[in-house]
Amino acid sequence: MAVASTRKVLPGFGLSLGFTLAYLSLVVLVPLSAVFLKTASLTLDAFWQAVAAPRVVASYKLTFGASLLAAAINTVFGLMLAWSLVRYTFPGKRIVDALVDLPFALPTAVAGIALTALYAKNGWLGQYLEPLGIKVAFTPLGVLVALVFIGLPFVVRTVQPVLEDLDTEIEEAAASLGAGRWQTVMRVVLPTLVPALLTGFALAFARAVGEYGSVIFIAGNLPMVSEITPLIIITKLEQYDYAGATAVASVMLVASFVLLLIINGLQSWTDRRAARAS
Amino acid sequence: MPLKHLFARLAFSLLTALLPAAALAQTTILNVSYDVSRELYKDINPAFIADWKAKSGETVTVNQSHGGSSKQALSVTAGLDADVVTMNQAPDVDILVERGGYVAADWRKRFPHGATPYTTTTVFLVRKGNPKGIKDWDDLTRAGLQVIVPNPKTSGNGRYTYLAAWGFALQKSKDEAAARDFVTKLFANVPVLDGGGRGATTTFTQRDVGDVLVTFENEALAIGTELGADKFEIVYPSLSIEAAPPVAVVEKVVDKKGSRKIATAYLEFLFSPQGQEIIGKHAFRPRDEKVLQKFPGRFPAIKTFTVEEALGGWADVQAKHFADGAIYDQIIVKR
Repeated sequence: MAVASTRKVLPGFGLSLGFTLAYLSLVVLVPLSAVFLKTASLTLDAFWQAVAAPRVVASYKLTFGASLLAAAINTVFGLMLAWSLVRYTFPGKRIVDALVDLPFALPTAVAGIALTALYAKNGWLGQYLEPLGIKVAFTPLGVLVALVFIGLPFVVRTVQPVLEDLDTEIEEAAASLGAGRWQTVMRVVLPTLVPALLTGFALAFARAVGEYGSVIFIAGNLPMVSEITPLIIITKLEQYDYAGATAVASVMLVASFVLLLIINGLQSWTDRRAARAS
Repeated sequence: MPLKHLFARLAFSLLTALLPAAALAQTTILNVSYDVSRELYKDINPAFIADWKAKSGETVTVNQSHGGSSKQALSVTAGLDADVVTMNQAPDVDILVERGGYVAADWRKRFPHGATPYTTTTVFLVRKGNPKGIKDWDDLTRAGLQVIVPNPKTSGNGRYTYLAAWGFALQKSKDEAAARDFVTKLFANVPVLDGGGRGATTTFTQRDVGDVLVTFENEALAIGTELGADKFEIVYPSLSIEAAPPVAVVEKVVDKKGSRKIATAYLEFLFSPQGQEIIGKHAFRPRDEKVLQKFPGRFPAIKTFTVEEALGGWADVQAKHFADGAIYDQIIVKR
């Protein structure tokens, strides 16, 4: 029988795929399709006006630009943090480890208010930065600071387990075969970590794009300058413009999806490269 | 007895003690309101409950829901079972008429004063001693001055500020192009657009940003009492806008729940001398002249205009100024 001949070694494929699809549809696809359905009520012209107004375009630039930059910063410093946490023992390590997750647990509004209080011109840090001409609160730089804060845990938590699995013996082997420190890091350690780093980057980026609560307090929300796309969406909702809000939301969704696809593609490419190399 | 059993027994007896109390509260109404009315209704509700108990013998529970006014209106159209709505601007009640007839079309005629139990107006709050010498709207357009205003796109408070400035300029020049120029200059002086009135207050008072905060009188008075009158002072401009937060019964919900009588009485209570006095205590201007006189010096006389009489009503204002791509969007992008 045809079915018997194509039977997989691992049983339960049909059932688990069915579950996966049903679950994904229920949790992700149905709400998202509502966004696109609502958007479809607009004429092409009205859609274009909603998503391509100069103010909205300026907000895409800020949201995606600051999110990519914040994710990049978090990738570099998240790797350093993960490295310290895995490779060294120091007093208070467990506390530092727990601190990393704090941005996850904190309500975003609290984070926003705390950061604003810190960086405002009368705040702890702001009072020293302001005389130097560095304005953080109520500027695009403030948006970046908030996004770096909320994205911190992602890279640390994705890289940490991979680093833990990475035997120090491999590095020792590299060293005994004559590799310098730099060579060991660049050719042995980093390639193994790249997939995890990319995952962390993607997660931090995705979180930053959707972030509203913390940014809204520190951004200043000036049109064309420090207005993020989620605020544009909220603004449209306040004006009872559901369709316009979902139009902008759909642009964000598609852009995020494409970017995440690219990152995932990059990741599987580095995975394959790493597999070939070993 | 093991401790665990003791706790179980305790919990059980507590539960049985509470149940009859819950069953006794037969009537519950929900007041869906805007953001800064939270403190006001915290005082109104117990007073109304006592009043209703005395009049009818019934025990009523009043639940509150607060949030951004427009967001709250959307929640009602999405099925939030509000018996009454107490919003901060008329468009948020009108939308309930348009989107499914939740509120009667003639809601303005159902209660006195166009169904607005109190008013407030837009004033300036400056730092103590008024170091920048800010006296009137003209001063806010001076180059180099920083004006804190909540975002008119997301806040009724900000919308009133914009309209007050517009109305002032229009009255002075009788020319729309000049009014447009005036609000452009004013908003060019705004360094931060907070989402709501409270956020703008925080930016001005806590973050020390700006030379003047333009906000509702009730908010300005509350800042004086809560954050110290020695730090700020209120400046009344020569002309301002009258903000009259509207109230309405949600027909669809009271018919379904059979709570029309209580809901109506609840809103009527706002217009009673007792309700008006609580309103005055919360720094809103009571409609009742007699009650107003109980607060000498608190509410200085100020010349005001309303959206209806000076600007052609909310529907016009919405379309002309605040719709996407309308005047506000144009001037804020040009700044």
